[in-house]
Amino acid sequence: MSLLSVRDLNVTYRTQGGPVPAVRGVSFDIEKGEVLGLAGESGCGKSTVVNAILRLVPRGTDVNGGILLNGEDVLGMKPGRLRAVRWTQASVVFQGAMHALNPVQRIGDQIAEAIVIHGRAGEREALVRVGGLLEQVGLPPRSLEHYPHELSGGQKQRVMIAMALACSPDLVIADEPTTALDVMVQAQVLQLLKALQRELGLAMLFITHDLSVLVEVSDRLAIMYAGKIVEEGDSRAVFDAPKHPYSQALAAAFPTIGDDRFRHKPSGLGGDPPDPQAIPSGCPFHPRCPLVFDACPTIVPELYQAGAGRRAACLLVEGALVDAPGTAE
Amino acid sequence: MRPPEALGHVAEEKPSAVELEPPPPGVPKSPRAIVWARRRRSASRIWRMYRRNKMGMAGLFILAFFIVVAAAAPLIAGEEALKATCECNGAPFSPPSWEFPFGTDNFGRSVLALTVWGSRISLTVGLLATVISMVIGSTIGIVAGYYGRWPETILMRLTDWFLVIPFLPLAIVLASILGQSMSVIILVIGVTSWPSDARIVRAQVLSVKTRPYVERAQALGASPWHLITRHILPNVGPLILANTILLIAIAILSETTLAFLGLGDPLTISWGRVLEFAFNAGAAGSGQWWWLLPPGLAIVFVVLAFTMCGFALDEIVNPKLRRR
Amino acid sequence: MSGSDERANTDVVLEVRNLGVTFEGRVGLVSGLMGKKGSDARAVDGVGFELRRGEVLALAGESGCGKTTTARVIMGLLKPQQGEILFEGKPVKNLRRFRRRVQMVFQDPMGSLNPRQTIYEIVAEALRIHGIHRGEHGEPEEELVARALSRAGMRPPERFFLLYPHELSGGQRQRVVIAGALVLEPEVIVADEPVSNLDASVRGEILRLLMKLREEDQISIIIVTHDLGLAWTVADRVAVMYLGRIVEIGPAEDVLTKPLHPYTQALLNVVPEAEGIDRPILSGEPPDPTRIPPGCRFHPRCPEVASGSAAQAGVEARCRGEDLGLVELRPGHLAACHLANVVAGNARPPVATS
Repeated sequence: MSLLSVRDLNVTYRTQGGPVPAVRGVSFDIEKGEVLGLAGESGCGKSTVVNAILRLVPRGTDVNGGILLNGEDVLGMKPGRLRAVRWTQASVVFQGAMHALNPVQRIGDQIAEAIVIHGRAGEREALVRVGGLLEQVGLPPRSLEHYPHELSGGQKQRVMIAMALACSPDLVIADEPTTALDVMVQAQVLQLLKALQRELGLAMLFITHDLSVLVEVSDRLAIMYAGKIVEEGDSRAVFDAPKHPYSQALAAAFPTIGDDRFRHKPSGLGGDPPDPQAIPSGCPFHPRCPLVFDACPTIVPELYQAGAGRRAACLLVEGALVDAPGTAE
Repeated sequence: MRPPEALGHVAEEKPSAVELEPPPPGVPKSPRAIVWARRRRSASRIWRMYRRNKMGMAGLFILAFFIVVAAAAPLIAGEEALKATCECNGAPFSPPSWEFPFGTDNFGRSVLALTVWGSRISLTVGLLATVISMVIGSTIGIVAGYYGRWPETILMRLTDWFLVIPFLPLAIVLASILGQSMSVIILVIGVTSWPSDARIVRAQVLSVKTRPYVERAQALGASPWHLITRHILPNVGPLILANTILLIAIAILSETTLAFLGLGDPLTISWGRVLEFAFNAGAAGSGQWWWLLPPGLAIVFVVLAFTMCGFALDEIVNPKLRRR
Repeated sequence: MSGSDERANTDVVLEVRNLGVTFEGRVGLVSGLMGKKGSDARAVDGVGFELRRGEVLALAGESGCGKTTTARVIMGLLKPQQGEILFEGKPVKNLRRFRRRVQMVFQDPMGSLNPRQTIYEIVAEALRIHGIHRGEHGEPEEELVARALSRAGMRPPERFFLLYPHELSGGQRQRVVIAGALVLEPEVIVADEPVSNLDASVRGEILRLLMKLREEDQISIIIVTHDLGLAWTVADRVAVMYLGRIVEIGPAEDVLTKPLHPYTQALLNVVPEAEGIDRPILSGEPPDPTRIPPGCRFHPRCPEVASGSAAQAGVEARCRGEDLGLVELRPGHLAACHLANVVAGNARPPVATS
């Protein structure tokens, strides 16, 4: 049984301007100890997926589909059970996490808060555990006395990771954890995450727009566009040889230094990712796709087989020819 | 493989430029026409948003009503009705009747005429005083905010000083020195209300000053005048406007207060003065409500109307207040 | 492959000499009265380089290294405490005229555009500021604006005249910013992180545009970036900065595949896809410009010092105590490293003047 199983997730926000379908049918599984990377650009819905898993979406938002955490249906949980599950089974390192620290509270107390809330320990023992957590993330234990403004960006991010580990969850969801950091600090934090993941046997859902980071950190990779997954498979394979034209464009934006084929040859797409309220017909990528042909605006592609353990939602993929008749080029 | 050649599709097939269909007819080509087109579009956008705001529209109607009344004063009641010795006057202290819908005052003058003509003064004073206050306050705010360093320090300390000056004692002192006249009232109100404007403007200028597009204009070599007029003012302007409208309400109230206390021009009629007469003649004690109520209600409604318009504009102009 | 040698003649269009910018430390009123002084931050501390015509130079480094400050000084937005800027060999006297020939492209396309101005007005602003009403051959303002938009790839330009920034896509906005810079027909463009705020898949079109400007119009471009992959894609030469100094500069192929300075090597190591370089990740945070270490400013974090290689080569004492400047270790490729110096077979390297 997978640790996390998401089936056909649909999330629609309700706004003054009408319903906004941010996630339209996303499915994936994460096994114990596995790292899945979720990549995509602004507006593709990846942050929404994160929020939906622990039901952290605004009230009134439509969430449909199946989310099973350790076999339990998250969407059907009663509030009490949900609160108990949050942080103890799955925790989140949010985007802009560095700004999520209370500036007038010592960081030790903030980390301890999670432990105390879940009744794992009294306040005294919680602080002892906090010391251990800080060491695990590479900070000196006495930094629990510090206030957030006394720490640097990288150190604050480590605190957020310590917080996420406070209740020994099985799954850690990291939403753009390194985006605002310098390259060197980013590398340190990634190294830390990799080490922790191996040591503690954590499962991770790692979300970012930076594909190259994902290749380092994750076992498998899924690329989202306009609320759907358009390609998934082993991360190295997907990065080196993407099958979906969007994945190819995205991958091409992360050149290999030293590889002459990238020298003086920037490649990219025109236009913008589509507005969720105005998604193009058929394949949502077709207006920007360099390989578009006549069937693309009419057929909504599914995730077709595209090689061993690979799937891609493009009519040009070999699996598609089998599943979607009438796409003969 | 992931080499760009396979993505040669991406590089070559799609044009690297952003192509659209040719412009529709009627797209203005001259720069001046473009500026006017923008102003028109911007104004119509603001109007459309304003129309949807019920509070704003209500305030606007009330204001329009009073402005029409003020403008049409001679049609409603001849100016002679303001003279104590006019033959058109009726019996003093008479309650409302067909001939005198709002009754009469101690001289037998129609309270209706007094109220209608009084609106002119009250509105004018309110407007002029606010304009003075806004001009002083905005200039100081912009200079302080834009230049920073010691000009800012000096100007803001000056502003603080003026902020602390108590309104009434200053008014009394100035009135006794300069004599009682409309100009003195306008001056007093103008001089005591500009500090709040200055502070708000300075805060806004500080926030606009650091925006990247201002820096870009600086990098292009723009002079401070260009930066202030082209970038800072347009972004600060709407805030100033919304604030000004609220200030008018306060100015009208201030004028009323001063006139009520006897500091106003003895030769002109404003709502405050009518109330002053009424109180001095003991209208409150003698139950002559028709003398007090019309000017009092008029003040309330006008102030309310300006406030509602000001709030509505503020909501439109200040993105943080817009209800999602 | 890099035809920059043939394409860009050795005509030096911009030269920066010994630039120094110090930000004063600030203290509260009471501490100031008690005689305490804030520590000054030497954001730029002796930076010098040349920019040749038609070349793309990347100023690379982490945040706090001084690359953005350097760019701002070049644009005249900041006054340096020391150093000078030479344009075509002559010191810059008339800032206004200089600004016509050197333009800047900023990082945030949405922020760089005044949301209340139409695209036309944004592009025309540069002309208005410089009082240019007609082109060289008498063209009216509209034509100059249309031409700039066209060069930036927005066609047909008239379609965009009345649009507002929020009605355009991210890539289009950045093109408008570039058009705003092009309308004055500059010879140098300074681009501060021109694509980092754009979605990854959209970056290519802007980079292609910059390369086109370089190829067709011989415009020289300085790109300030933290992304070495970007430098690999578009730059002819790369200057790596650390704590206010350039620590390595040279042709992109050399600096990025055969780096000489340990800092460059460390930076390349953390780029996930860098080929053939295998070193540990640097520890510690990006350094503080108010506390610059003595000697080589990189020595506290230098893996060569930490691993003992510096000691083995006998230069460790110098690393800790002797400041140094850029030395040409290979043709056209300079680095400021005692160890690299010794390895390249030089005798005592010259000491830096700062």
